[in-house]
Amino acid sequence: MSNLALAFRFARRELRSGLSGFRVFLACITLGVAAIAGVGSLGEAFLTGMSEQGRVLLGGDMSLRRQYRPASEDELDFMRRYGNVSVNVGMRSMASAPNGTRTVVELKAVDDAYPMVGAVVFEPQMSMAEALSCNDTVCGVAVEDALLARLGVQLGAVLRIGEADYQIRARTISEPDRITGGFTLGPRVMLSEAALRRSGLVVEGSMIGYSYDIAFAQPVKTNDFEDALNAEFPEAGFRLRDTENAMPDVSRFIRQATMFLSLVGLTALVIGGVGAGQAINAFIDKRRGAIAIMKAVGADGSLIFLTYLILVMIIATIGLVLGLGLGAALPFVVGYFFGADIPAPANYAVYSGPLIMAAAFGILTALAFAILPLARAREINAAALFRDLISPSSARGRWPYRIAATIAFAAIVILSVTLSRYTNFTLGFLGGSAAILIALRFAGQGLKYLIARLPHGGSQVVRLAFGNLTRPGTQSVQVIVALGLGLSLLAVVTLTENSVQSEIADQLPDRAPSFFFVDVQKADVDAFTKTVIATPTTAEFNATPMLRARIVKIKGVPVEDVRKGPFGRGIPDGDRGLSYARKKPKNVTIVEGPEWWPDTYEGEELVSLEADDAKDMGLAIGDTITVNVLGRDIDARIFNLQDIDFRDGGIDFFMIMSPGIVAQAPHTYVATVRVGLEQETALFDAVSKAFPNVTIVNVRTTLVQVGEMLGMLATAMTAAGMITILAGILVLSGAIAAGHRARMYEAVVLKVLGATRGRLAAIYAIEYGLLGALAGLAAFVAGSVAAWAITTFVLEIPLAFSLRAVAVTILCGAAGTLILGLIGGFAALSAKPAARLRNP
Amino acid sequence: MQSQKTAPSILIEDVRLTLASAAGPVNILNGVSVTVPRGEAVALLGPSGSGKSSLLMVAAGLETATAGTVTIAGKRLTGLGEDELARFRREHVGIVFQSFHLIPTMTALENVAVPLELMGRKDAFDKARAALEQVRLGARGHHYPGQLSGGEQQRVALARAMVHEPEILFADEPTGNLDGATGAAIVDLIFALRARSQATLFLVTHEVALAARCDRILRMKDGLIVSEERRV
Repeated sequence: MSNLALAFRFARRELRSGLSGFRVFLACITLGVAAIAGVGSLGEAFLTGMSEQGRVLLGGDMSLRRQYRPASEDELDFMRRYGNVSVNVGMRSMASAPNGTRTVVELKAVDDAYPMVGAVVFEPQMSMAEALSCNDTVCGVAVEDALLARLGVQLGAVLRIGEADYQIRARTISEPDRITGGFTLGPRVMLSEAALRRSGLVVEGSMIGYSYDIAFAQPVKTNDFEDALNAEFPEAGFRLRDTENAMPDVSRFIRQATMFLSLVGLTALVIGGVGAGQAINAFIDKRRGAIAIMKAVGADGSLIFLTYLILVMIIATIGLVLGLGLGAALPFVVGYFFGADIPAPANYAVYSGPLIMAAAFGILTALAFAILPLARAREINAAALFRDLISPSSARGRWPYRIAATIAFAAIVILSVTLSRYTNFTLGFLGGSAAILIALRFAGQGLKYLIARLPHGGSQVVRLAFGNLTRPGTQSVQVIVALGLGLSLLAVVTLTENSVQSEIADQLPDRAPSFFFVDVQKADVDAFTKTVIATPTTAEFNATPMLRARIVKIKGVPVEDVRKGPFGRGIPDGDRGLSYARKKPKNVTIVEGPEWWPDTYEGEELVSLEADDAKDMGLAIGDTITVNVLGRDIDARIFNLQDIDFRDGGIDFFMIMSPGIVAQAPHTYVATVRVGLEQETALFDAVSKAFPNVTIVNVRTTLVQVGEMLGMLATAMTAAGMITILAGILVLSGAIAAGHRARMYEAVVLKVLGATRGRLAAIYAIEYGLLGALAGLAAFVAGSVAAWAITTFVLEIPLAFSLRAVAVTILCGAAGTLILGLIGGFAALSAKPAARLRNP
Repeated sequence: MQSQKTAPSILIEDVRLTLASAAGPVNILNGVSVTVPRGEAVALLGPSGSGKSSLLMVAAGLETATAGTVTIAGKRLTGLGEDELARFRREHVGIVFQSFHLIPTMTALENVAVPLELMGRKDAFDKARAALEQVRLGARGHHYPGQLSGGEQQRVALARAMVHEPEILFADEPTGNLDGATGAAIVDLIFALRARSQATLFLVTHEVALAARCDRILRMKDGLIVSEERRV
């Protein structure tokens, strides 16, 4: 019989004794696999849902979007050749209620064809025509609930938007293409095209987005449509979306979130792997006798290795199946409990892709952590039956096994990187986690060394507690590593969030303006300026012309061709903000080239380009960049390179041109100003009354909203990170279980010698409390370094140290470990000495 | 060089064994030489710590000597690796331990079949059943070690040691964990089986009466053979 068949037979016999030694192993594999499979399945459910609902989300088969410029009749004719066309116009404005309250709103003007796919639901129920029709004095609008709450008005109220009055006829309950609208500053107001025209807000240069949805009469391939559009209107500058790519931002967010959470799941799996390795070690220790007997009767090392590898992999497979089942069920659970609250469409189903991926990670992790303990089992000597206490075998396993384990670990990394769309992030995350693991291991060994040398003040309780943490065979270091990794993640999230929040709440208000004013008409700039600076305490007023530009050529080469080259990824998509200035703006720092063009400069177009953008696009001073502004291509020579400090929250443009052709183009101004807190309302009222077309954004309120969003994001990340802490807890419980027999015996002997249960409990409390606190401390230090690296090199903000993070990390570690340790020690406390010491 | 047929079953020449311990190296065997012809029964007698169990381990290929040569069943064990020693044991040697050392997760029948399974014998279970019959445990084949008494466990261990008809049977204090009557029954069984198979017996004991049933008695002290007594 071959070794493999024999190994299977022996493994099956081993399995008959049950899974009692493998509960932690099973739990670790199940948890990690469930996390990866669940996150992947959920992500897939949303992506599939969006793909299936793409037509509804898009409002048709194809959507063409452009800022500022409506489609020409020729362009519209082109679109109509493919099918029915619906036009939406979107812009921001201010709405004021009869009670004097004003707020920013997002206007969405729709035509009669809207919606071509899906249906809008109003409350009370009515048709689009009923809700949005106009009479001589007012037009109807449908609004989101948030607007009613913000303005303190009811249905039927009349709002002033721009220069016209609008009656709220309905609340918008559901809008098929709502979530494709992207980030909004205010609640949505739906109105008709005619109603928007009445507002007087549609003037050339205003920040208006035009969207043209086409319902194809015949199926058309996106590429064919795009080619035909480019051939007929090469300068059109529309951004295209098809049903497969209805919500690129949302899809990207889901992919990024899925990747981040999958990596968290992988971390949990790897932490679980530490527990799994620990469980295998404990199991092999229990089986030393059986292995030695097998060897004594003639089993060779490879048979032993194979037998226990098969055993471990059978149990891993059980964990895998459990984990995959739980993971596959997650989308259904989420759909059942939260489906109604999730705005994105989802198709809750079983997806094989994420399950296969999770299974692969599960198998590789089990292998990676099993090979070395099993290689050591292979080396157990038959003589162990006689003399293991004199000379315990401490073989490290032969090199082929060590290489195999290394290959399994490498395969995990390679698989993660291969499956991820975000290679750098994945490598950074895995590299960071590996660095933290190594740091925690050193920290654990260092702390163990220190505790062994700490004075215990003559206290027997302290001495015994310290002894338990440092004696040979203690699992302290493994617990510090496993628990510490989860706690490090917690520290990284808490510290990074704290740094960002501190930047927003403490640092930014000192630098950022109080108000942004958008769509200040060119003709109104002087009057607007007077109105603003007339308000007491205003300072640092700044009004800047603003246009939108799309890069069309780099050094004379069309961007479509440049995109295929090495700098292709550096070219920004879509429109970017552009300004012009005679003098160098105060917030601009020149990092290369001459300071600024002369005040009186008139000549070829010059441009001051943001240095990082220039580098990404492979541009240098003297090169030419061609931008399309309102349909016209403008060549500009790069005059100098500037640096923008985005942290000031002010107006920053990646291109500032010399005033020439761009100054002649229709455009508006954006303005910023700082004002004392007590004067904010006065300034808001003054501007909104005098310039109803100007959109006013209160920076402080917006920052509060951004802060709240970040807080929610951090809470979600912390919640996800909890799964790694759970894995750490499993490892801890494995360590407690492994030492259970020795602890029981020790407790019994101590009781025989007169120790009370209180004294034993005190020993355990010190031991586990200290162990947890040390894990928390080590994790906090490692997490702080990682958070510093993230804030300094990725976010480019200073690390804001947080006592809360220290407390949360260390207290979480100490409290969790203490509770588990005391629960684990409870059996030892209640053990009756006589029963234990009686001879069998 | 002697042929394998005429070669002694056990040839131990100037064997030394030093083991590491936390307190430093411990000299267990200090130059032991023993020759046991095929079919002979030899008892190793001596007080605890005299090195008799260690000598058995070295002879059975469970332990590698620090110095000296060990030739068992015509095969020189010196320099063999762990796996080669395992293969050697499965083919030539049967061992009975004081603590029985049955595999707790296997039934009595499976425990007995293991050496034959390792040898790749298709009739492993038939032979194992027969071996259990010989130790009068045919009806207990499906019991686990935990469900058997000490004497029964040792009978299973004896069946396992003899099932593959080894050339040499090593027995390390086989009655040490048994009461007098049970121990005596086991000893009778060992000698009966050994007589039937003509195997060489290498028995470690501190019971003089048990040793007296062997052809030769070697007495050990401080890792050395201090006397030899041949029985008639």
